[in-house]
Amino acid sequence: MTLPTESASSIHAPAAKPGKRRSVSPFAQAFGKLLRDPLALTGIVVLSAFVLLAIFAPLLAPQNPYDLSQLDIMDGRLKPGSESMTGTVYLLGTDDQGRDLFSAILFGLRTSILVGLVSAAIALLIGASIGLLSAYAGGRTDAFLMRIVDIQLSFPAILIALIFLAVLGQGVDKIIFALVVTQWAYYARTIRGSALVERKRAYVDAARSMALPDRRVLFRHILPNCLPPLIVVATMRVAYAIMLEATLSFLGIGLPVTEPSLGLLVSNGFEYLLSGDYWISFFPGLALLILIVAINLIGDSLRDILNPRREG
Amino acid sequence: MSGYLFSRFLQTFVTLFVMSVLVFGGLHMVGNPVDVLLSPTATPAERLEVIRSFGLDRPVWEQYWIFLGNALKGELGNSFVFNQPALDLILQRMPATLELAVTALLMALVIGIPLGIHAGLRPNSVLSKSIMTFSILGFSLPTFWIGLVMIMVFAVQLGWLPSSGRGETTEVFGVPLSVFTRDGLAHLALPAFNLALFKISLVIRITRAGVLETMQLDFVRFARAKGMPERRIVSVHVLKNTLIPLITVIGLELGSLIAFAVVTETIFAWPGMGKLIIDAIAVLDRPVILAYLMITVVMFSVINLVVDILYSVVDPRVRLEGK
Repeated sequence: MTLPTESASSIHAPAAKPGKRRSVSPFAQAFGKLLRDPLALTGIVVLSAFVLLAIFAPLLAPQNPYDLSQLDIMDGRLKPGSESMTGTVYLLGTDDQGRDLFSAILFGLRTSILVGLVSAAIALLIGASIGLLSAYAGGRTDAFLMRIVDIQLSFPAILIALIFLAVLGQGVDKIIFALVVTQWAYYARTIRGSALVERKRAYVDAARSMALPDRRVLFRHILPNCLPPLIVVATMRVAYAIMLEATLSFLGIGLPVTEPSLGLLVSNGFEYLLSGDYWISFFPGLALLILIVAINLIGDSLRDILNPRREG
Repeated sequence: MSGYLFSRFLQTFVTLFVMSVLVFGGLHMVGNPVDVLLSPTATPAERLEVIRSFGLDRPVWEQYWIFLGNALKGELGNSFVFNQPALDLILQRMPATLELAVTALLMALVIGIPLGIHAGLRPNSVLSKSIMTFSILGFSLPTFWIGLVMIMVFAVQLGWLPSSGRGETTEVFGVPLSVFTRDGLAHLALPAFNLALFKISLVIRITRAGVLETMQLDFVRFARAKGMPERRIVSVHVLKNTLIPLITVIGLELGSLIAFAVVTETIFAWPGMGKLIIDAIAVLDRPVILAYLMITVVMFSVINLVVDILYSVVDPRVRLEGK
């Protein structure tokens, strides 16, 4: 679960001035290994491409899919590659309202990635704090907090998200909230597990015997050494959060109709699927699939790299 | 053991209580169900009448108190939309969901375990590598999207399988089931496989990890040393040890399959309780949402309890304590 001790010491040894000693940080090492794994490399390339597409969507997209005045209902449900009334080509076709699917997918990726990252970051912050506290305090606090985590984890994420969204209604902020509620427990459990192991190590005793304050021991010594498993969990969880958001939007309880995310685009195309107009549902889902596969490939490789116990 | 059971029941009741307060209060804060239910042309007098008949004119805490009292009697209120007891509505649809979830679970095990064992025994073969890559794909496929693709391919293009409904059902002890008729099976095939896909990947990974770990243990080396055939080592001794983590997963995943059936049921128009809850959320049918919540909490607590007990039976190292 942890890095070899030699790399651990280089993380928090305050004496090592940057630049003086040529030690490669464990994270740089891990990244190097990641680049050497062809599957992970593919994932990184695809993910970077998607992130760039999402960031520059307003510049790249031929149309603003959320601006209803730019949509022409006469162009509704056109096949991929067909021309609009004004001569522009709809690369991936249009949906029932004449929305260019390529543009809609670019903007949809923006929402997906944003929701995934923000919810994961908040959940990580909350979960990691609770997990660290739980491990460090021990005793009753630990038992109580972990019981809550256990109960929460015994319910599937989609169920909890469903209930919360039923109560909260639609919106980006609400779906982020629901995703945070469903995810924090995973981070809390992961970091508690590794913090319990780290707490018993010699360097923690050493730091304590130097009379360093608890807070410093916790955040500067224990936390950095708990990061590797946390990073693996976070990668997988971001992918899961993106998928969950899309699923909830597909069910019509995630994001509002006015700003269709990938899940909602798929759902909109559903009714035209049986009449053979496959592209409205197919392409947004494909984009989502590629995004999630890319993240999972990276996560899978990271797990093998950061967890020396797992071989094969 | 009885202390353990007692503490688990207590925990379930506390969870039920907390969840019901949260959801009851939350539902009360968002939108008024009357707005959704009444036609816009209703007169103010009709409006008041509806509000009174649902008991919505009382303060929240009083409404909750009434709800709690009725809940203890096993009554969870009438659905605003169907005007039937919410509990009955859900119980009527439960067999369809359970049938779907159990079939999907069996599919995941039947497909996943052999693949996982192979990947664990020969981790470096080409087939194993492809199995593992497939399992990443399986993890990443959005259930709702692959469901649509399946409808597109098998129902629209090829016309092999029906795309919606349960088909012909037979009554088994008064419960309608699809698995015993040809037509029902044809209807069940696509949704069950759709639901199983994600879990196949999971079963493959857990089986593989278990086999890899067990193969390195001493007893495998001793079994080999005494000349036991490799096939027997794998099929009896290694498999037994791999089953332990699988049982936990099976239990938890059955719960997750029931929850995820919401998606599959929506796509394949499978008349289960998942479809019911989505429709109920759309029109803010409070009693149905609350009843669904209560029932799933109880159902999941029971599943988890059974898993824990099974776990201690299979693995004698695990002892249940009443904390």
